[in-house]
Amino acid sequence: MPQAFHDATLMWMFGAVLVALIIFQVTGNILKNRQHPEAGRSTIDTLNARIRAWWKMCVIFFLSILLGRIGALVVFAVISFLAMREYMTLVPTRRGDHRTLFWSFFVIMPLQYYLVGAQRYGLFAIMIPVLAFIFVPTSIAIAGDTSNFLERSVKIQFGLMVCVYCLSHAPALLLLNIPGFAGHNARLLLYLGFVDQMNDILQYLWDKLIGRHKIAWRVSPNKTWEGFAAGVVSATAIGTALWWATPFTPLQSAGMSFMICLLGSAGSLVISALKRDIGIKDFGVVIEGQGGILDHVDSLCFAAPIFFHLVRYYFAP
Amino acid sequence: MNDGIHPIASLLAAVARFISGVQVQWAGCEPSVRQRIYFANHTSHLDFIVLWSALPSEIRARTRPIAAKDYWEETPVRRYLAANVFKAVLVERGAMAKAKTHEEARFTGRSLIEDMAAALGSEYSLILFPEGTRGSGEKVEVFRGGLFHLALRRPDVELVPAYLENLNRILPKGEFAPVPMLSLLTFGKPIQVEANEGKEQFLERAREAVSSLRRIGSA
Repeated sequence: MPQAFHDATLMWMFGAVLVALIIFQVTGNILKNRQHPEAGRSTIDTLNARIRAWWKMCVIFFLSILLGRIGALVVFAVISFLAMREYMTLVPTRRGDHRTLFWSFFVIMPLQYYLVGAQRYGLFAIMIPVLAFIFVPTSIAIAGDTSNFLERSVKIQFGLMVCVYCLSHAPALLLLNIPGFAGHNARLLLYLGFVDQMNDILQYLWDKLIGRHKIAWRVSPNKTWEGFAAGVVSATAIGTALWWATPFTPLQSAGMSFMICLLGSAGSLVISALKRDIGIKDFGVVIEGQGGILDHVDSLCFAAPIFFHLVRYYFAP
Repeated sequence: MNDGIHPIASLLAAVARFISGVQVQWAGCEPSVRQRIYFANHTSHLDFIVLWSALPSEIRARTRPIAAKDYWEETPVRRYLAANVFKAVLVERGAMAKAKTHEEARFTGRSLIEDMAAALGSEYSLILFPEGTRGSGEKVEVFRGGLFHLALRRPDVELVPAYLENLNRILPKGEFAPVPMLSLLTFGKPIQVEANEGKEQFLERAREAVSSLRRIGSA
């Protein structure tokens, strides 16, 4: 039996997540079956697509928690692989980047996850920001093609940062030594995932219900200040209410949830901007059937490393 | 020769799918066990394995690639892969150009077509890359004549065009190791040689049938 089953609190958290999901699912189905004008219908289809995406994320989190440390690392490594495969498909790389890309996929990515698993904090923290930062442009320079050199180096480095470095901090939560919390780290991973996804879906709902003023209509036409504020407040409230499962006091839990919500929103916005920039419309067809992994993990990418560092700094001396 | 798929072939197909995340669209026909010649654009060593892996397994067991003899007979590993794993039909590239006399060229050409027709037999399908060599991926090059002669020789076999996209980025010409990226595969509507249609005319139409299936950057 995996250790997770012996943690009653964790099982309660699972229960809470499932209940929340089922409520959303039922609401979505009711809305879908009612008669609506065309405009309303497309909104509801989008909502249901989001709920489906959310189920997928839940399965990912449940799996990685139930499978234990190694299992979680493998699950997140696979997600990193899929996200980076999608990212590199979208950004226009050149023939001269081929070997750099090969190293990124088959050496840097596994190494990052290995270092996380081996709890080599000092190394995994600098692996991509420092070592890959030096390796990528060097390797492209050796390949000898100098056209758009800076752009190409940065594109690959950015992909590694977002898809590998940032994401790897989520399973890294399982390896922190928090006094008085030993054996319960899985709750932190679930906490991060739950608050982050709640923020996503609640912002979407509030946008639809009370949204008026657009945040950045060029980037993300549906995001509004009202939806953002209401979403962050309500998701923070839900996260705060989960304090009993964490090493945090209610006030600390509120602070953590608030950070997760802000960073999650930033992540979504940045990935939207990125997709506009590289003209997703041309490549949308490539992504369609693949589920758009980047869309699923965009908010997690920014929230995971900061949450990890906050927990590590304040709770795992 | 037994009907089963070689385990190494299944393994390589699974790896190719994982790396290429290929999305298959049957735009002009449905998968079928009827005898066919799948002809596609060629930009990467992965083309065959990706196309082959996209076929349902009962079709895959009866589908053989046509491959270049000079390349696939060079090393023992390649020979084993071609002969035992993929049951490839090996043909000599440019054999006709090498012939000294006109007569000899005709003879070589005819025997190549006979080899391919024999490989089709009564139940097999073939995968053919009529450009003859790998291109850059920007445009589909002029087709060689084999497709035309084979189509005349075996009019009962369906000719299915297919277009592979982005594989030139996954494993470009001259590289040894693949890089994971997403790719697309589209099967089009079967074509046939029309009455009174000449070789050049047919080959151009076949080329057009392949390149019109392009999904990225078209329209």
